[in-house]
Amino acid sequence: MARRSHVQTTINGETVEFLCEPRQSLLEVLRDELHLTGAKEGCNNGNCGACSVILDGRLVNSCLVLGVETEGKSVETIEGLAEPETLHPIQDAFLENAALQCGICTPGFIMSAKALLDNNPNPTEHEVRYWLAGNLCRCTGYDKIVRAVLDAAAAT
Amino acid sequence: MSEKKEYKVIGTRPIRHDGVDKVTGRAIYGADFQITGLLHGRVLRSPHAHARIVSIDTSRAEAHPGVKGVVTAQDLPTAEDKMADLGEGAVNLKYLCDNIFASDKALYKGHAIAAVAATNPHIAEEACELIDVEYEVLPPVLEVRQAMEPDAPILHENLTTSSLGDTEDKPTNIASHLQHKKGDIDKGFDEAEVVIERDFVTGTVHQGYIEPHNATAHYNQDGQLTVWCSTQGAFTVREQLAEILQYPVSKIKVVPLEIGGGFGGKINVYIKPVAALLAKKTGKPVKVLMNRADVFEGTGPTPASYITIKIGAKKDGKITAAQTSLAFEAGAYPGSPVGAGAMCVFAPYNIENVLIDGYDVVVNKPKSAPYRAPGATNAAFGTETVVDELAEELNIDPLELRLMNGAKEGDRRPDGPVYPRIGFIETLEAAKEHPHYTSANGKKYHGRGIASGFWFNIGLESSVTINVNPDGTINLVEGSTDIGGTRASIAMQAAEVLGIPAESVNPTVVDTNSIGYTAVTGGSRTTYATGYAAYEAAQDVVKQMKARAAKLWEVDEDNVQFADGEFSSINGKEEQISFRDLSAKLSQTGGPVVGRATMNPAGAGGAFATHVVDVEVDVDTGKVEILRYTATQDAGKAIHPSYVEGQIQGGVVQGIGWALNEEYIYNDEGTMTNASFLDYRMPTCLDLPMIDAVIVEVPNPGHPYGVRGVGEVPIVPPPAAIANAIYDAIGIRMTELPMSPDRLLKAMGKI
Amino acid sequence: MQAFEYIDAKTLSEAVALLDEKGDKARLLAGGTDLIVQAREGRRTLDWMIDIKSIPEVNELAYDSDTGLTLGAAVPCYQIYAVDAICKTYPGLVDATKIIGGTAIQGRAGVGGNLCNASPAADCIPPLIVLNSTCVIAGSNGEREIAVEDFCTGPGQTVLGKGEMLVSLKIPAPQKNSSSYYLRFIPRNEMDIAVVGAGASVVLDDAKQRIVSARIALGAVAPTPLFAEEASALLANKEISDDVIDEAAQAAQAIARPISDMRGTAEQRTHLVGVLTRRALNGAIQRVRDAA
Repeated sequence: MARRSHVQTTINGETVEFLCEPRQSLLEVLRDELHLTGAKEGCNNGNCGACSVILDGRLVNSCLVLGVETEGKSVETIEGLAEPETLHPIQDAFLENAALQCGICTPGFIMSAKALLDNNPNPTEHEVRYWLAGNLCRCTGYDKIVRAVLDAAAAT
Repeated sequence: MSEKKEYKVIGTRPIRHDGVDKVTGRAIYGADFQITGLLHGRVLRSPHAHARIVSIDTSRAEAHPGVKGVVTAQDLPTAEDKMADLGEGAVNLKYLCDNIFASDKALYKGHAIAAVAATNPHIAEEACELIDVEYEVLPPVLEVRQAMEPDAPILHENLTTSSLGDTEDKPTNIASHLQHKKGDIDKGFDEAEVVIERDFVTGTVHQGYIEPHNATAHYNQDGQLTVWCSTQGAFTVREQLAEILQYPVSKIKVVPLEIGGGFGGKINVYIKPVAALLAKKTGKPVKVLMNRADVFEGTGPTPASYITIKIGAKKDGKITAAQTSLAFEAGAYPGSPVGAGAMCVFAPYNIENVLIDGYDVVVNKPKSAPYRAPGATNAAFGTETVVDELAEELNIDPLELRLMNGAKEGDRRPDGPVYPRIGFIETLEAAKEHPHYTSANGKKYHGRGIASGFWFNIGLESSVTINVNPDGTINLVEGSTDIGGTRASIAMQAAEVLGIPAESVNPTVVDTNSIGYTAVTGGSRTTYATGYAAYEAAQDVVKQMKARAAKLWEVDEDNVQFADGEFSSINGKEEQISFRDLSAKLSQTGGPVVGRATMNPAGAGGAFATHVVDVEVDVDTGKVEILRYTATQDAGKAIHPSYVEGQIQGGVVQGIGWALNEEYIYNDEGTMTNASFLDYRMPTCLDLPMIDAVIVEVPNPGHPYGVRGVGEVPIVPPPAAIANAIYDAIGIRMTELPMSPDRLLKAMGKI
Repeated sequence: MQAFEYIDAKTLSEAVALLDEKGDKARLLAGGTDLIVQAREGRRTLDWMIDIKSIPEVNELAYDSDTGLTLGAAVPCYQIYAVDAICKTYPGLVDATKIIGGTAIQGRAGVGGNLCNASPAADCIPPLIVLNSTCVIAGSNGEREIAVEDFCTGPGQTVLGKGEMLVSLKIPAPQKNSSSYYLRFIPRNEMDIAVVGAGASVVLDDAKQRIVSARIALGAVAPTPLFAEEASALLANKEISDDVIDEAAQAAQAIARPISDMRGTAEQRTHLVGVLTRRALNGAIQRVRDAA
């Protein structure tokens, strides 16, 4: 086993320290070391988007980032999105539009949608579909997800 | 059930009860489960599609630092060649156990051979590579027609064909042959003035749920086994574990965590017994997770098939005869959904003379598992394409031809059952009137297709308990896995009975120790059957609370009525009290009220759907773009219309994937070469338009609110509808799935 | 995943020295979207992952209308298409950066990594070829430069020797009346690997009726991305017409030597070379004509 490294990073605005092996991905660190299990493993090779998080303001697949790479960086995950008493508008829009069925892809979609709306507050339907193409959903057929993101854009 | 009823809760669109947990990342799915002292398991899988296992040496793996235990088929109780009853039908126990760990032969690439528990998943994976397995590699057979040849490599030396009650002597890959007959097939074709006969091939496809299989198991020192996992049915997991481990049901508790999709693929167990064996060996809780390649190579796809369809009709459009042969790949062990395919293949039509033959054939691929209306999509691809061709030949609009021959109440399905009130005709009429169907369709290389589909739906057992809270809310306890919003659709049925808002119900899905037996979330049964149980449990609450009101008012129980959430006295004294106010008086009238019901309802009522699709074909590349999609479906009564629409939209898109790109691609050695989400191409949102879901409501007489299951039938029509649209666009009939760009280029003669 | 050590290299010389010392068992980590997957799936064995993202030179992204573009080897795709001047000047390259993976992949993956991974199907390589790009390579013996079409030597293989690394790509400033275009064929609309990719650049006359010169490059039809030299030469000083473009497309098809695999058949790929070459050329020509 390779030596575990000490890493200090910021997660959802809080400074966090952890130990990890170089081979542990950010996804593994979030889930297994920090018990932030909102990001999910669907494929572990960047093709489903279930592990999407925002790293230094940019959407990434946390399965394709090493935990050790996050030293000094800032990570946003699904757990940091809602306020103590209110949900984020994208979360509200997902609920109101019934944009989830099993819900396993939902955290990834919501983080991806957040990155989109941070970048482009008024996307067209095509822009939403293009941006979200890296997030697979097998339940919904995407219809209600796309509507939820468009609604969230209109609401903010 | 004919008149339109007014409902307060049913038909509304409340926020689902588990919604906030699922949009905040707090919901605990199977792989999210944590427990002190947890070890991590990993499975070693066969690199060969067909091989005899000569020896397995685990000593190097056991010596690897961090490894706590290794298990193989040797750790399973000796499996006999006997039948085990698992509620969903009898299964040969040896086959069941051999699919957990190969004992004598590996029958597909990805077949589990051994498993390791270690202090972290990386070490477990390293240790798997230290297990030395000697194989004698055998030639694989990978396609149903080849497997049926007399000189094909044989998977099971003891397997002989069971055909129409008889069993043959010779070993074969054809596990069974079934047949349904109606009328006189020869007479039917003699009467026909137009006969069309075509062959169809469909590829192997996977359910494609985003969450890989997972299981965490722990044995207590007293022998109590607990398994935390995602599954479509905690009770079926308990039954399968009991059979595979030869362990009493009373000592097994299965705790269902949230599930990330199933579509039929999370009914069979794979790594749950493995986690249990590792837990037993190590004395520690062990979590076993699959990766995506494991899921593709080691869990049930839905089968490839070879289908012939022959349909004859009079010039006026009356179909006089229909015949089919359905040969389905079971995978490594018998049990393809050919029986269900045979029930559905001609189900939408009232045809006097029918002959259906079905064959269940083993091949060197993972054992097939149910996938959303299993067998029906394969079958409908054939039937609905031939019906479209027949309509063209007869110069009758394809919707009109279906209207002329469509099955109605009182008609008999070829495999026996007589239809109760069904809504097939209504789905056709809804499609006919839809602005999509009436819109222009004339651009070059654009085409429109329609197709219909049927799924029978099932009932089976469900249990519900309702605890009344003093503030007029209820806690509803159920055993049905919630894959797509069924907490809400079940809670709403109880709320409707009690005259309370959906938000006043707290639904909880509990473990196998905490509720009566409940069958799987599958067969489109949950909103129907568990919803029915919730209705009955709520009626039980009403009955008990009427007695409380009677006590309060000192009247006879028969004098208390309940309507719109209010109890009232109808004879003598005028009294009234709301459900909420009476809930506050339970302790003074005799204590808590707990309603309960168990159901095994028989009247699931079949579901029909008719789809309209517009496509554009890029004739230079062979790529098909879906331009517009409309799906009409009889839901009986839509409890939560948003989630009914969601089921329709999701089913349609899985059907589109199956139609256009999804398939297992094998090399000659029997290795799947596209076992990833990169190359097993499921649709992304950029591949699709909005999906217009049109809910038709023809109430099911077998349910108090008229519910029909809605989950499965929407996957049935898309491949045929798209094939028909491609024909309309470029004049070529596609008879092989998927209709991928290379196949279109070939069909067009461009390559 | 196999165990390895991680080193965050701060300077070019540190990275080069490490590569020199560790040899084959060390790999450079930039976006990681290929490397991490390959290491995880055991397709590449390594003992060292050397992160180069802290090295200033590999993060350079500088455009000058006279000297052209310097593109550091670790610059991720999203930073490239965020620069308007690059989108306007090198649209063919930008086409590729916008279709590699999904949005999340583009947050990490870059053109340099795409080149060094040396997949025959890499989307960035054909546009780099048609844009006359040069690779700047650092090694223990100093720097050298090489034309991008000579960089890949086989699937996953490059000219990089022991102790050498890609520092940046240099793309010359475009000529007057020129543009570029890249497209690929995939069965879905995103998230697939190219079944075939085709890039084209053209320089037109002032009337925009005649091709002064053109370059065509192909992906996924040979062990390395190909510069279609003869097809390109055919177009020099030709009036634009369907026939001329067809002729170039046929010449491009003639050099394709594709294989059949799970992503497409050899016949399909050869056919698609013709289709995509036509579309790439017409796309580049249209871009010149659309420019004011």
